[in-house]
Amino acid sequence: MASQDEVFERVRETLIDALGVDDDEVAPEATLVGDLGAESIDFLDIVFRLEKNFSIKIPRGELFPENLASAESSLIADGLVTADGLDELRQRMPHADVDSFAQDPKVEKIQDMFTVQMIVNFISAKLAA
Amino acid sequence: MRWFWIDRFTEFESGSRAKAVKTVTLAEEHLHDHFPGFAIMPGSLIIEGLAQTGGILLGETEDFQRVVILAKVPKVTFHSWALPGDSLTYEARLVDAREEGGSVECTAHVGQRLVADAEIVFVHLDKSSPELSAVDQKNFVFSMNLLGILEVGRAGDGSSPSD
Repeated sequence: MASQDEVFERVRETLIDALGVDDDEVAPEATLVGDLGAESIDFLDIVFRLEKNFSIKIPRGELFPENLASAESSLIADGLVTADGLDELRQRMPHADVDSFAQDPKVEKIQDMFTVQMIVNFISAKLAA
Repeated sequence: MRWFWIDRFTEFESGSRAKAVKTVTLAEEHLHDHFPGFAIMPGSLIIEGLAQTGGILLGETEDFQRVVILAKVPKVTFHSWALPGDSLTYEARLVDAREEGGSVECTAHVGQRLVADAEIVFVHLDKSSPELSAVDQKNFVFSMNLLGILEVGRAGDGSSPSD
């Protein structure tokens, strides 16, 4: 059973491969989009590589939910995620830090939840299952 | 000018791997500027040929029901040139194929000489997505003619995967 450190190391190698960033850029709190320069296509590449490196299956939308900011009226209002929306996020992303996001739930900050630590949490949960 | 950067499939194992050839000819106008006095096939067009080989390999797994788009080239290394008169052999191996897209690992050789190797990631576009509404699917990259090339590849090989 891999420890959190081992998981973090392998996640770091995965992100270095997928995003072409340096070792030291991949800190636990680094955001994929803001700090590491990931784009939407990189998310697919990251999923491919995580599956290969950890021998797990990651169904579509499980690690990186899609359509989070779509025009679902109950989830978004005036550029902010609603309470219903936050519940939806907590449900779909148990591996993410939704509580921190909830303090300033602007739609454009949703992707700040996609951090290295989020991936580590997700993988650890998968491996433990 | 049509955007075909492979000429013929020589091997095709559905869902697994494919080989295609691209012959470099001095009749390709860009060679005269790339470079003056030293014509070599541009690396970007080698990547496109590899992507077409891999993309067709991926698309064929679902009978071309989805539109396959080159999305990302995570890794590519060029080892040597491809010159006019060379016959490039592109080989693609399907690594991942799923609803969202897929990826291949591929190589380009001239004879035994390795010219390039790459990983290529593709996405599938939903026929209903807005990006596609302005695109004529049938002619997008591959007209029906290219699918004929696929048939030639199978016949030319003389065998089927089940042999």
